[in-house]
Amino acid sequence: MKVLVAVKRVVDYNVKVRPKSDMTDVDLANVKMSINPFCEIAVEEAVRLKEKGVATEIIAVSVGPQQSQEQLRTALALGADRAILINTDETLEPLAIAKCLKAVCESESPDIILMGKQAIDGDNNQTGQMLGAMTGYGQATFASELTIDGGNATVIREVDGGLQTLALPLPAIVTADLRLNEPRYASLPNIMKAKKKQLDTTTPGDLGVDIANRVTLLGVELPAERAAGIKVEDISQLVDKLKNEAKVIS
Amino acid sequence: MSTLVIAEHDNSSMNVATLNSVAAAQAIGGDIDILVVGTDCQAAAEQAAQVAGIGKVMVADNAAYAHSLAENVAPMVAEAAAGYSHIMATATTTAKNIMPRVAALLDVQSISDISGVVSEDTFKRPIYAGNLIATVQSSDAIKVLTVRGTAFDAAPAEGGSASIEVVASAHDSAKSSFIGEEVAVSDRPELTAADIVISGGRGMGNGENFDMLYSLADKLGAAVGASRAAVDAGFVPNDMQVGQTGKIVAPDLYVAVGISGAIQHLAGMKDSKVIVAINKDEEAPIFSVADYGLVADLFVALPELDAAV
Repeated sequence: MKVLVAVKRVVDYNVKVRPKSDMTDVDLANVKMSINPFCEIAVEEAVRLKEKGVATEIIAVSVGPQQSQEQLRTALALGADRAILINTDETLEPLAIAKCLKAVCESESPDIILMGKQAIDGDNNQTGQMLGAMTGYGQATFASELTIDGGNATVIREVDGGLQTLALPLPAIVTADLRLNEPRYASLPNIMKAKKKQLDTTTPGDLGVDIANRVTLLGVELPAERAAGIKVEDISQLVDKLKNEAKVIS
Repeated sequence: MSTLVIAEHDNSSMNVATLNSVAAAQAIGGDIDILVVGTDCQAAAEQAAQVAGIGKVMVADNAAYAHSLAENVAPMVAEAAAGYSHIMATATTTAKNIMPRVAALLDVQSISDISGVVSEDTFKRPIYAGNLIATVQSSDAIKVLTVRGTAFDAAPAEGGSASIEVVASAHDSAKSSFIGEEVAVSDRPELTAADIVISGGRGMGNGENFDMLYSLADKLGAAVGASRAAVDAGFVPNDMQVGQTGKIVAPDLYVAVGISGAIQHLAGMKDSKVIVAINKDEEAPIFSVADYGLVADLFVALPELDAAV
């Protein structure tokens, strides 16, 4: 079984982002970049499928600048077999990224596509669902458990009310939520081995994908700051404040 | 200009979250219709028809729509979208699952989680876990939007008498099927709709200690939430998680107990009107957003608070 796993290069989750001084965009100069945490969970799930003997080949794919090779090498070090970079310096929207991934699905014919449920930069939570529409495949988003049995996937999803279980015929798209697994750390020997693994580069143009943006970023701003609060001494003072000052309890 | 709001419902009743989208649609202006897609969902449609200011309610009632499977519902919504300038739904897990699939079927770029309407094509939305607010302008003919519920006050649920129109079309893709669900049953208010939310974190120590929060919540008519750490540790189920990837809440009062205040948690609650933090670590980041902070051992403070209210 062939697994395609998509990874995105994003600002590391520990970085506190700032707007550029002209407020036109996020300031990404000299900021640490990493693999999107949800994508890392998707890679780990792919590797576990291979370790269980369910998957035979894992292909990692990323859409982004040349430097996205670093994140693909991370995926290779974690256990992906080969990688494809769809190289572009444009900042693509989920619609365009899904179109690029669809082209890869057509050439590689994976049995399952694993992705993160969202990237922590744009917080869009769209690409997997869009790829589902474009390929016509079923989708199981926000997955916290994945089981493959023959030609079917059974997925437990985290939804507002609790947990939902779906069955999907393969090929299908599964997007990872936080509790799907805990990703491993890549070992040094595996990082070294990953440098020799196959990494092919293509472009949206080569794939025949229209990447024109539909949405224009007009600017970014910091959210309204909360006014500084106070420390209370004890519960009786707290209850007094809530009743008489904030008037939120009676 | 006209907006189609996709109702959030459980067939027997419409979820109040739908009213946040109606409010966002009103901020855009123009006519507003509601689409109810479900199975035996007439009751939900009748509630939708009572929402003030609605032109008409369309109902697609078919067995294939029973569990809001995206593969079946998305083509239905995409079909109904013809003639509308905006398609909108409140960003529940159901809408987040379906709406991007609708957008891709229409070949448009959806905009997730809008928190403000600047004009008919320009919206504000949080990015980077709410650390920045982006202003974005769509050039698509049909704007597919999900709405951050806490950013728009619910429109009045009553006062209207819209006509109900039956839509016959059915889509059954067989690309996914519903096997089962584990739904939490609680007498307490829903997290995203409660006036008061009390949340516990890793500091609670175990699931049994959450009983202290439930007791307090029942006295105050509050909902109980949790941090990701408390859910990951297995203290409580995932549907209680408040944060960037859990539920976004903005109650009148949010009480954080034993929660350190990771950025991802703050993203889910920092728009609450009044925030109380109880934590024994006075350096905990939660205090930076708290209106009232109490540095104390929660196992001492909680029984006192319970006795005092």
